[in-house]
Amino acid sequence: MKHFLSTAVVLASLTLLAGCPSKPPTQPPPPAADNTGSTAGVADANANVDDTDAAGPSEGLLANRIIYFDFDKAEIRADSQSVVAAHAAYLSKHPAQKVRLEGHADERGSREYNIGLGERRGQAVRRALLLQGVAELQLSTVSYGEERPAAAGSDEQAYALNRRVEIVYLK
Amino acid sequence: MSVRMKKLASCLLVLASLAAAPAFAQLKLTITSGVTDPIPIAVVPFARAVPADGGIDVAAIVQRDLESSGRFKAMARTDMINTPTTAAEVEAAAWKQMRNDYVVVGRVSAVPGGQLAVEAELVNVLNGQMLPLNKRWTVVPANLRNAAHRVADAVYERIIGQRGAFATRIAYVSVDGQPPKQRYQLIVADADGENPHVILERDRPLMSPAWSPDGKMLAYVSFESKTSAVYVQDVATTQRSRVSARAGINGAPTWSPDGRKLALTLGGSGGNLDVYLLDLATQQLKRLTDDPGIDTEASFSPDGATVYFTSDRSGSPQVYRVPVTLAERPKRVTFTGTYNARPRVSPDGKQLAVLTLDGGSYRIGLQDLASGTMTVLSKGQQDESPSFAPNGAMVILAGRQGGRGVLQTVSIDGQTSARLNADAGEVREPVWGPFLP
Repeated sequence: MKHFLSTAVVLASLTLLAGCPSKPPTQPPPPAADNTGSTAGVADANANVDDTDAAGPSEGLLANRIIYFDFDKAEIRADSQSVVAAHAAYLSKHPAQKVRLEGHADERGSREYNIGLGERRGQAVRRALLLQGVAELQLSTVSYGEERPAAAGSDEQAYALNRRVEIVYLK
Repeated sequence: MSVRMKKLASCLLVLASLAAAPAFAQLKLTITSGVTDPIPIAVVPFARAVPADGGIDVAAIVQRDLESSGRFKAMARTDMINTPTTAAEVEAAAWKQMRNDYVVVGRVSAVPGGQLAVEAELVNVLNGQMLPLNKRWTVVPANLRNAAHRVADAVYERIIGQRGAFATRIAYVSVDGQPPKQRYQLIVADADGENPHVILERDRPLMSPAWSPDGKMLAYVSFESKTSAVYVQDVATTQRSRVSARAGINGAPTWSPDGRKLALTLGGSGGNLDVYLLDLATQQLKRLTDDPGIDTEASFSPDGATVYFTSDRSGSPQVYRVPVTLAERPKRVTFTGTYNARPRVSPDGKQLAVLTLDGGSYRIGLQDLASGTMTVLSKGQQDESPSFAPNGAMVILAGRQGGRGVLQTVSIDGQTSARLNADAGEVREPVWGPFLP
């Protein structure tokens, strides 16, 4: 982590140096109150604070938390069925355990439509888990579409890694 | 201290304040193609108001704006034999002989109260006629750049006969870092990429910014609470409120032309995406589409009566339209090719800009709504997110270059294009704001 931070600082400095002597951006006035109580303004006070994601079980197939999909498809492939079944069995035995299913798409096509594709994949995993005895209350879905790629790059290899559903265990 | 030394010193100052200053994508505009027969024009350096003008070169901004439209070719300053600052001083015959059709002259002067006045005149040197721009722009020094854009707007309108859109703003999303550790910024800048302000910064995705019709607010999607939510934020004060954080997907916000409602996409816990209308004052929801397919990416017609949206109800994504009254069932609008998404209606309501799959490449297409004819506007491999300038003359879009997201503008006849490159990170999802009062 320390190493990552120092690298980040060096990278940020280099970026700034490369940008010099163009003008630094003007910062807007300080944030005012937010009528819904969520944080307002530019900086995110809760950045990187992640208090709900948990390590979860890691025995055997349960260590595998990512289900991959074919292009423009939301069907769970045969090679992923056993992984889904393992999570279904674990979650059925631990009815207090909750998971969030995060659906993703590759970068091709429009962003909001890809949110829909990622959601379709998350829902496919959700339905499979429900059919195998997991309770509805244990499951939530979110779709990031193409916004949080697992791999950078614009080639088939990256696309295949990015079309996925991540099973995130929650505390 | 030499200029170079001063620059270095200010650079070091910036580095010293690193903790406070986030890495930032400043855009740089490059004109990549223009019309075959651009109008020759000379924009003579304006009389300055030193030091109140803060060193801003008004004529240079006017010149760059006019050139960025692709409709003009400006004379190099080094070729100018003198520098008149009033129309009376312009020797028309001499400028004409130097192959100009028009000459722009002007003055910046300090006025009482600490403001600056900008005056400009336009001379048609082919016939020696002075074309009045009918305006004197008085601004606080911080807005001198904006006054320069307004001079460019006036010159453009006088010569081209269409309102200029240089004194407008754009918003875009900037992304830094390698996946999965990325940083997302929502930035508002002048239409030429200058004067950027970060209005929001998060380490979870920000997407789908949309301008309110008055240009004061942005609606957008943020995943900061790990699920998607739609926010509305005042650009000047950065004050914001969360207007939709319902179960499942909250996405693709767009404002109704009267500014009272948002059309947006909701998925619910079952994950069926449909388009809804949200009344911002009452929080009342009205469902506009109801189909098991993905319905999303709503865009209003200028009269607010019709909503265009993407739907894959027929298998592949295509654009449909539905009246807000729901008096008719949704009708399919696009029929060219297997992929047409993210419609945006032109300001005159006659055309639709869409993301279209064109022989294996994702490009921006323009569909004439009366005839149904589709014209492909952009030339990239992975272009997306088209947004019309408020005068309808240009479309701004996102493309990829060297593996990075860049912004481009293209004239709707496809002849003129310019690139807005970021010096760092990747930029995407540009949205062109409305005319400002």
